[in-house]
Amino acid sequence: MNNVPYAIEMVNITKKFPGIIANDNVTLQLKAGEIHALLGENGAGKSTLMSVLFGLYQAEEGVIKKNGEIVRINNPNDANELGIGMVHQHFKLVECFSVLDNIILGVEDTKNGILQRDKARAKVIALSEKYGLSVNPDALIEDISVGMQQRTEILKMLYRDNEILIFDEPTAVLTPQEIEELLQIMKNLAAEGKSILFITHKLNEIMAVADRCSVLRKGKYIGTVDIKDCTKDDLSRMMVGRDVEFAVQKKPAEPRDVILDVQGLSVASKISKKNAVNDVTFQVRAGEIVCIAGIDGNGQSELVFGISGLENVTAGTVKLLGNDITHAPIRKRSLMGMSHIPEDRHKHGLVLDYTLEDNIVLQRYFQPEFTNKFGFLRRKNIRSYAERLIEQYDVRSGQGPITVSRAMSGGNQQKAIIAREIDKDPQLLIAVQPTRGLDVGAIEYIHRQIVAQRDAGKAVLLVSLELDEVMTVSDRILVMYEGEIVGELDPKKTTVEELGLYMAGAKKEG
Amino acid sequence: MKKEKTSLIRNDGFQTLLASLICILGGILVGFIALLIIEPSGAVEAIFAVLKSFFRYPGKLMLKYFGQTLVRTVPLIMCALSVLFAYKVGMFNIGVAGQYVAGACGCLYAALAWNLPWLPCLLIGMVAAAVLGAISGVLKTQCNVNVVISGIMLNWITLYLTNLILGTVKSPNSPYTLALQGKNPSALLPSMGLGAFFNNEKSVTIAIPLAVIMAVVVWVVLNKTKFGYELKATGNNYHAAKYAGMKENRNIIMTMMIAGALAGMGAGLLFLTGIEDWETTISSVPAMGFNGIAVAFLGGLSPLGSILSAFFIQYITTGGGNVDLQVYCSQISSLISSLIIYLCAFVAFFKFFLQAQIRKRDEKKAAALKAAENKEGGEG
Repeated sequence: MNNVPYAIEMVNITKKFPGIIANDNVTLQLKAGEIHALLGENGAGKSTLMSVLFGLYQAEEGVIKKNGEIVRINNPNDANELGIGMVHQHFKLVECFSVLDNIILGVEDTKNGILQRDKARAKVIALSEKYGLSVNPDALIEDISVGMQQRTEILKMLYRDNEILIFDEPTAVLTPQEIEELLQIMKNLAAEGKSILFITHKLNEIMAVADRCSVLRKGKYIGTVDIKDCTKDDLSRMMVGRDVEFAVQKKPAEPRDVILDVQGLSVASKISKKNAVNDVTFQVRAGEIVCIAGIDGNGQSELVFGISGLENVTAGTVKLLGNDITHAPIRKRSLMGMSHIPEDRHKHGLVLDYTLEDNIVLQRYFQPEFTNKFGFLRRKNIRSYAERLIEQYDVRSGQGPITVSRAMSGGNQQKAIIAREIDKDPQLLIAVQPTRGLDVGAIEYIHRQIVAQRDAGKAVLLVSLELDEVMTVSDRILVMYEGEIVGELDPKKTTVEELGLYMAGAKKEG
Repeated sequence: MKKEKTSLIRNDGFQTLLASLICILGGILVGFIALLIIEPSGAVEAIFAVLKSFFRYPGKLMLKYFGQTLVRTVPLIMCALSVLFAYKVGMFNIGVAGQYVAGACGCLYAALAWNLPWLPCLLIGMVAAAVLGAISGVLKTQCNVNVVISGIMLNWITLYLTNLILGTVKSPNSPYTLALQGKNPSALLPSMGLGAFFNNEKSVTIAIPLAVIMAVVVWVVLNKTKFGYELKATGNNYHAAKYAGMKENRNIIMTMMIAGALAGMGAGLLFLTGIEDWETTISSVPAMGFNGIAVAFLGGLSPLGSILSAFFIQYITTGGGNVDLQVYCSQISSLISSLIIYLCAFVAFFKFFLQAQIRKRDEKKAAALKAAENKEGGEG
C-alpha cells in the first residue's frame, strides 16, 4: 500500500438512536481526487454517517481523520473549516432569500457592515458558467424549481472553496439530461483534485462516474470495491443482500371504463403570467397506468394540483367516474375514490410532528371506525389499524406506531404514505414521483404495488421524471412540455431517445 | 429491544415542572436582588411579604384573601387557555388582551344597560370576544395578515371602543362603571354556597370551578377529539391539512373564535363577581391578557399546568401588594411580580438545558462503560 494519507477517513464509526443502531462500526476512506460512492438502501445509515462527518451528529465511537490526523467535528462550521461541504438530500435553503443571498449566507463579504454583493455575484456567475450550473442569482428560492435549488446548493459548496464535497442523493430530483450534466460536473471537480463522496442508490450512476464504492447494509459496513472490477449485479447484491429484479414484471394492460376524464384543463402559474398547465386533455381508464413524463417544471406538478384540488383551475373540467369534480372540495374527491401520493412528502404528505399512526389515518381519521359519534378519536382502532399497515407494508421505524414521523427515514416515510393511499382502496391512484429518493429494493416494491393496483382494476396516473420508471411501469406515456401534452407514446414501441426528444420540446405531435 | 425503565427525570411532564420551579426560584432571587439594591434594610421583610401573600393574615381574614386570590386567578387561567389553544394550532394569540377587554365590555354592557341575568351576560361577553378573535382569523386566512399584528391593533381599537361603550353605563361621579350589586344583582354569578368556605367572601362564586372545568374541556378537545386532531394538524402543517381535505381556513378562524371566547369568558368570570368595576378612563390595555401568555408558558402550554401557574402568578401579585410602602415606592409590587413573570418565560429554555444535561450525563456514562469494557476485553 502507498503511504499517501486519505483526504478524509472515518474509522470504526458507531452512532445509535433510540431503538436503532444507525451506524455499526463503519469505516470509510476517501482518497484525494476520487469519486467515492456510498451505496445502501434506505435506512442503511448513509445519511447518518454523512451527518456525523458534517458535524450534525456526534458519533458514540470512532474517529475522523483528515490527511492522517485526527480531527474533531462538533458542528457544520468545523466541517466547513476543514473544507467539507455537503449538498443535503433535503435542501437547507432560506425560502424567501434570493439564490445569491443563500449562497453567501454565513460567509458574507462586508465592507463597513454593508454587504458587498457585487463581488459575490461575479464569483457566483463565474462558477456557474465554469461548471454549467445555470441559476438566476436574483430569483427567490421559493419561486425556482427543485433542480435549480439543488444547483444553488452545489454553488454554495463551490463558493466556499470546499475540498471535500458530499453529495447526498443529488440525482434524485434531477431530469435525465441534468443528471448527465451533474455527473460530468462531478468528473470535472474530481479531475481538479476535489474529493467527492457520492451518496446514492442508483447503480447506473455509480458505474458511470465512481472510482470506488463502499456499501452499507442495515447500518453495517459490507465492504469497499473498485468499480472497474465489478458489475451492477455485484453492487446490488452487496446492497440488498440478495438478487434484485430490475425489470418490472407485468401482464399487458386491459383498459376498461374511463375513470378520470380531463378536458381542456388550465392552471395558472405562480411565477409567470403564462398558464403552468395549458388546455390539457386526456383520460385514464380502469386497469391502465398512464404516465405523465417530462422534465421537471413543465407543469406536471400543477396538473396534479388541479386534478387533486390543491390549486384552483382557470379553465376546463375534471371528471371522476363521470361526476364533475372541477370545483369539488378535496375531501369530496378523496371520498369519491381519489388517492394521491404527493410529490413533496414533507410539505403535503405528512404532518411531520405527528406520530406515524396519526399520519396513517390522515385521510380516514373522520370515519366512524376512527371517530365515534361524539367526535372523540378511537385510539384503540387507530393503533390496530396503524399496526396492520406497518406490518403489511413493512414500514420500519424506531418505535412503531408512536414514532414521530420526522424521525423516520425518507423511504419509510414514503412507504407510510403509500400504505395510507393504497389502503384507501381508491378508484384512481395518482402517484407523483413515488420512488423519488428511494433505493432499489424499495423501488421494486413500490412498482409492484402500483402494478398490483392496476391489475385490481384501478386507474393509475403516474407522474415521473425517471426515464427508466416511465418506460418500464407505464402502459401509456403522455409527454408534457411547457404546460401542454406534446405527445402520446406507447412504451413498447418507443425508445428512450424518442421520449427524450419529446421531453426537450424538439419533437411534437401535429 | 429492551424497554428502558424511564426514571422520573426523563418524564416530560416532570421536566416541565422542574423547569418551571427553577424559573420561579430565579425570579424570586432576582426580585430579592432588586429589593436589596433599592433599600437593603427592608429587603428581607419585603420578599417574605411577597412570598407569604395572604398567609400573613390571621385565620378568617386569611381565608377571605385566599378566596379573593382565587377569584382573580380565574381570568388568568382563562386567558392562558386562550393563548395555549391558539398556540397549539400554530398561532400566537397576543390579541388575548383585546379579547379579554371585549369580553368585559360585552358582559358589563349587557348587565348594566339591558339588566340581563348573569348567564346571558356571560354569553354576550364570550360572543363579543369570539367576534374579535374571528376578525384576526379572517384577516389571517383571507389577507394573510399575521395574527400578532392584527391582534395588537385590535387590542387598542377594542380598548377605546370599550371605554366609549361602557362610558354610557358609568357612575355619574367616578370613572368606574356602575356597581352590579346596586344596579343589577341578578347579573352577579351565583355562589352556590362556595363563599361559605372562604369566610363568606361575596366574590367567591361558581367562576372558580367553571375555570377548572374549562381547562379540562380544553385538554380533552385538544388531545382526545377529531376536532383537536384537525386543529393540531392545521397548526403543524397547513399544507398537509389542506391535502388531507381538512377545511384549513375554517379551522384557523374557528381556533381564533374559540381562543377569543375563552378570553372573553375569563373577563366575564371576573367582572360578573362584582369584585371589580371597569375604569372607563383607562388608557392602557389591561395586563391580564398579557399575563395569560406568561402563565401559559410557565404552565408548559398544558391546560392543567396553567391552573397551577395562574394561581402562583396571582399569589405573587397579591403578595406584592403587601410590601411596606414606607420603605419602597408603590410600583415595587408590580416590579417584583413582573420580574418573576419575566423569568417564567424561560421555562422552555430551562427545559432544553435540563435535557442537554441529562444527555451529557448519559453520554459520559456510556463512554465510561465502554472504556471499562475495552479494558476487560484488552486483558482477556
